[in-house]
Amino acid sequence: MGTGSIPVLTVVGLIAAAAATVAIGIYGVRLARTTSDFLVASRTVGPRWNAAAIAGEYLSAASFLGVAGLVAKYGADALWYPVGFAAGYLGLLLFVAAPLRRSGAYTVPDFAEFRLGTRWVRTLAMIVVAVICVLYLVPQFQGAGLTLNILLGLPEWVGVAAVGAIVVGNVVGGGMRSITFVQAFQYWLKLTAVALPALVLTLHFLAHDRVLTEAVPPTVTDRTTVDITTDVIVQVGEPLQVDVTGHIDGRPVAGPVLLAPGQHELSSGTELVLAAGSPVPVVAGAPPDNDSWASPGNGFGGDYPMFQVYSLILATFLGTMGLPHVLVRFYTNPDGRTARMTSLAVIALVGMFYLFPTLLGVFARLYVPQLLITGRSDAAVLLLPGSVLSGWGGQLLAALVASGAIAAFLSTSSGLLVSVAGVLSTDVLRGRVRDFRIAAVLAGIVPLALSLSVTSLDLSRSVGLVFAVAASTLCPLLILGIWWRGLTAAGAAAGMVLGGLVSGTAAMVVVLAPIDPDRGGWPAVLVGYPAAVSVPLAFLAMVLVSLATRRSVPADVGRTFSRMHVPERLGMGRDREIGAFGAGTSGADKSVSGDRTRRSSR
Amino acid sequence: MVRTRVEVQQQTQIGDAMVRGLVRAQLGLALRLALVAVCLLGALPVLFALVPSLAEVTLLGLRLPWLLLGVVGYPVLLGISWLYVRLAERNEQDFTDLTDD
Repeated sequence: MGTGSIPVLTVVGLIAAAAATVAIGIYGVRLARTTSDFLVASRTVGPRWNAAAIAGEYLSAASFLGVAGLVAKYGADALWYPVGFAAGYLGLLLFVAAPLRRSGAYTVPDFAEFRLGTRWVRTLAMIVVAVICVLYLVPQFQGAGLTLNILLGLPEWVGVAAVGAIVVGNVVGGGMRSITFVQAFQYWLKLTAVALPALVLTLHFLAHDRVLTEAVPPTVTDRTTVDITTDVIVQVGEPLQVDVTGHIDGRPVAGPVLLAPGQHELSSGTELVLAAGSPVPVVAGAPPDNDSWASPGNGFGGDYPMFQVYSLILATFLGTMGLPHVLVRFYTNPDGRTARMTSLAVIALVGMFYLFPTLLGVFARLYVPQLLITGRSDAAVLLLPGSVLSGWGGQLLAALVASGAIAAFLSTSSGLLVSVAGVLSTDVLRGRVRDFRIAAVLAGIVPLALSLSVTSLDLSRSVGLVFAVAASTLCPLLILGIWWRGLTAAGAAAGMVLGGLVSGTAAMVVVLAPIDPDRGGWPAVLVGYPAAVSVPLAFLAMVLVSLATRRSVPADVGRTFSRMHVPERLGMGRDREIGAFGAGTSGADKSVSGDRTRRSSR
Repeated sequence: MVRTRVEVQQQTQIGDAMVRGLVRAQLGLALRLALVAVCLLGALPVLFALVPSLAEVTLLGLRLPWLLLGVVGYPVLLGISWLYVRLAERNEQDFTDLTDD
């Protein structure tokens, strides 16, 4: 899919977004003096900044690139990805936002200790948080590699390394206060970068009336060359004449070939030339013609589409509240009420954003259908403006989209890294600013190594799997911890371990030893969409084991509940001190090294 | 300080019962609105599977599933959230009024 020479404007856009991120980070450093600043921005961030920052942090590569790619490939059912990503904040608002803020805990492990009163549950929750952060960082880095590869022709590891270095550097230097400014800025950049091309393409589309619901496969308008970079199986509806150099179904081919209807395997390194007006074969499992693409009920490739859709809905609705980098932001609200207002604003911001990737996905099927062959439909948003619009306009939009994509990787991975480093530095190391920095470097290296070594899925699908892990571990801990007095430490641990093992194993299998969805039946579907099984299992384990260990319910659970649910103005709540950082915390919260594990009686 | 407020703060039986009432009210509200979201949005895949002709309906140039999920879904989510915030704050106000009586 090479576009020839490297577009200068795109390079400028990429560098500008990265430089702006770093610059705002440095500006923020001057305001970030104490450790309290580093971790929860001193709990003084207003709902407006906070909501933009949460949205900026949340809209990752999966949202910016992945959603449009999945919509182009799978059509109506793929709309559940953006809807689910937005609906997750409804789940967060309804069940978690205000009580969690009022608990005064500043990370999920801290909440676990606050609620259950034991140190080892805190450690377990910390491990879960670290795993989720690392898993979530992998697709971000892979998306960066893909982006720089497509835009500039660089090898994928360069993009991965570049984004990794910027993120680690920024987090090490600035901490969270700076990140709040950066993230809020990133939201508006991302919204502009996705909305403007979508609106321009809408005008273009309306000017050239075309229909997208006929029972015909997508077609290319011009003669198009497609490079296959990874082995892929495609399906052909009608006999299709193409020029091929490379391997089809394992046989070497050079020259014109008539592809019979059915499935064909294209090997890596194959070059395919489609004549103008030629129908485009699509990756196996995706709806082959536009009519079935526009109708719901096809799922995301493989069997049991209804199960896939509902499992995805469950994972996204319940998974958002378990995402550590989202939760840590809720502690920066001054009180429970503003935590609710923040969630409400986030739903508005995120919902507004998702209108546009959906549009771009539709346009991608119309204007760059050749992406459907390679399976790398994540590139759709990046390639659309340049392919449809010629001249300066197209180049400018392409540069804007590129900077938005970089913003997406930078903001989400910074947020993830801040939360994992915060948790590691207070729970494993001694919680000084230096420890935070060491933790950030270490926590950045692991996902960097992973993203260079494991298979790359569709970005949104990888992220969907991480949501499933979060929904099966931290979500039941939070929901039951906040609303059910009977939860015990043993119960919480059992649920997190069981849910984490089931969903985590599924994610590992998908990445390390993928099952062919066309032949896999139930195993492939269960492994690809584990939430519908792992979430109920986790809840069940938590409830049953808690009932069995009923006698170990903390004695002061009543006081804990008052603190989480009674409005602040009645004077029940108090913020927990931030770990062992005596220096930075305000007034009454002075503490000395070593007593951070003490559960204060307040 | 008002006596009921002290009861809540000091975890007396009355105070504990009041907090339990508040928690129950808030949980009931959250569950009811989650149910509304499930009925409005979550039922769509089943609905389209049971009545396939519904998925063929075209409104404003868009097929119904695209219109509902691609556009209408977000304002619906926002509306439910807004309602929740209002009602949750009313529950809290009721609780505060009770403690100040």
